[in-house]
Amino acid sequence: MLESYIPIFMMLALGVAFAVAMGKINEIVGPKRPSEEKLSTYESGMEPVRTARERFSVKFYMVAMLFIIFDIEVVFLYPWAVSFRSLGIQGFVTMLIFLSILLIGYYYVWRKGALEWD
Amino acid sequence: MLTYTDFLLAMPLFSLTVTVLLIIATEAARVGRARFSQFLAITGLLVTSLLAGLNLRESGVAFQGMIATDAASSYLTILLSLAGIVTALVARPYFEHRDAHRGEFYILLLFAIIGMVLMASANDLITLFLGIELMSFCLYVLAGFERTKDKQNESALKYFLLGAFASAFLLYGIALIYGSVGSTNLDAIARAYAGISNQPLFLLGTAMLIVGLGFKVAAVPFHMWAPDVYEGAPTVVTGFMATAGKSAAFAALAIVMIRTFDIGGSTTADVLALLAAASMVLGNVVAIAQTNLKRMLAYSSVAHAGYLLAGVAAGTAEGFAGVFLYLTAYTVTTLGAFAVIGWHERTNDEGTSLDDYVGLSQHQPVIAAVMALYMFSLTGIPPFAGFIGKYYVFMAAVRADLTWLAIVGVLTSAVSAFYYLRVIVMMYFRERDGEHIPLPRIPVMIALGITAALVIVVGVLPSTVLQLFMPAM
Amino acid sequence: MVPLSHYLFLSAVLFMTGAVGVLTRRNAIIVFMSIELMLNSVNLTLVAFSSFLGNVTGQMLVFFVMTVAAAEAAVGLAIIIAIYRRKQTVNLDEINLLKW
Repeated sequence: MLESYIPIFMMLALGVAFAVAMGKINEIVGPKRPSEEKLSTYESGMEPVRTARERFSVKFYMVAMLFIIFDIEVVFLYPWAVSFRSLGIQGFVTMLIFLSILLIGYYYVWRKGALEWD
Repeated sequence: MLTYTDFLLAMPLFSLTVTVLLIIATEAARVGRARFSQFLAITGLLVTSLLAGLNLRESGVAFQGMIATDAASSYLTILLSLAGIVTALVARPYFEHRDAHRGEFYILLLFAIIGMVLMASANDLITLFLGIELMSFCLYVLAGFERTKDKQNESALKYFLLGAFASAFLLYGIALIYGSVGSTNLDAIARAYAGISNQPLFLLGTAMLIVGLGFKVAAVPFHMWAPDVYEGAPTVVTGFMATAGKSAAFAALAIVMIRTFDIGGSTTADVLALLAAASMVLGNVVAIAQTNLKRMLAYSSVAHAGYLLAGVAAGTAEGFAGVFLYLTAYTVTTLGAFAVIGWHERTNDEGTSLDDYVGLSQHQPVIAAVMALYMFSLTGIPPFAGFIGKYYVFMAAVRADLTWLAIVGVLTSAVSAFYYLRVIVMMYFRERDGEHIPLPRIPVMIALGITAALVIVVGVLPSTVLQLFMPAM
Repeated sequence: MVPLSHYLFLSAVLFMTGAVGVLTRRNAIIVFMSIELMLNSVNLTLVAFSSFLGNVTGQMLVFFVMTVAAAEAAVGLAIIIAIYRRKQTVNLDEINLLKW
């Protein structure tokens, strides 16, 4: 059963070849006709008003990073919620522990002032 | 279902987790200063090593086969806690001197240790992966702990990019092994091993796993990051990742390769033996050319990864014991050496060059003597710990028909004597013209005392240490 | 039904694309994105195996990989921002205080 899909070495070789080939083909064959319109920033159809290459406040990055971390916890909540009944009280307590650990992290972030915008 | 034994077997992990959560909460509530976090960290690590000590004679599988506790994993937990305690002791003087002492250091330190303990007690590729990543993330941040220092930033970035790259290979390896076995549980893989060990899919998975773990232990040809990261990171962090990080990664490697795969005499063992020989030769030869002590120890750690890989390549219970004994010796010795370097280092990254150690014995005879002890141990001169480690590892290699590897090991050890003993020559046989450096503060003295004592104890009583983690031998 | 080998081939191609990207690009952010691509290609492999073998371990691992990748993104971006604020560049060739 397993032998049938095993030519994986070939696949890897093909994979490398494919990845390199695609990049190269694009480089060689693809026409390069840059125009002002093409090089300008795509801003959902709006005309870009000024350069995007300026310094952003570090708060944006901070919020983005915190969002990534606290957002992804849902990944664990979903399967837990789906099988909530069969997991029973033990699953409930486990999830409470998980969430309280996250809460301690949240408390830390809060007290360190990472959530304050001004 | 979870049972009472599950929690008993995982006690060290729980005590570490509770400690770190406590530190996070007190840091956030600003109850105390960084010193209070240091106190909490050391207390928590002491409790953890006590609990692990109680578990030394227990063995079993907990949490649906996710983790396994036995003498070896409990022993390693104690060793890792010890490395944590020594690091926490030297961290305060080091960072206070540079005006960068923060409680977050201890949070990251403890999280890294949790990851390492998880690696040492993993019984499933999932827990192994989580442990490795938890450890690595903390070490990436610790490598750039003083974020206003360019060198540390750069060290962190290089470590992060190459580390994440290696993790991807490790993960692909895990995925392919899962595909060929149908399970990530190490017991299940061990049962299936005989039937699938020659399948291309499984071999490719194993190869990817070796790439990933080879990076974490800094074995040639996956060592490129080590010199830069070791040189750029704060010295206390370098000491910690060179010892505890390597120990945890080698424990994982030994558990997977020897216990699960039973690689003795196979092609995989030959590959590991080749990596071992390459690491020994390259690490030792390049170390000779180094003038910075941190960088020199980085290359020497590559060489030590080679000696340790020889034990793994043997693939026998003896090799397993040799690896753990070597890890003990290497950890206590190198931790001590980095504690000395951290004390000697001045604020602007000065004082880590070999020339700065000229005539140290005239100003600080005790510290110079302790440093000489570490250097003798690293060279492998009896009766110190390093000799015992090498002896057991090379014996295991010879018994596993890898005599050529043992010969390479002994020859390169002789080469290594050149650069280790050069440090001693600098300290003892040259006139001092540099500045006078005051004696280290008490915590550093305690750290040096602990490590120096252990270098001698492990060297003189290896069988006692051996019985701690290998009750049967 | 799409056979397993197609999924494996696709993920191998993605993985290699990521690996080639890491080795050839010089911008730290793009290198980091290539690494994320590698991780996600492994996720594809895992899900394919999981469905083919009919057990959920693979999918479970995918959940952990996703969270680990998120943590990695946070740590990585923090390091890259720290370096950008001091050097005004994320080009790896210009980050060269230490010899490679």
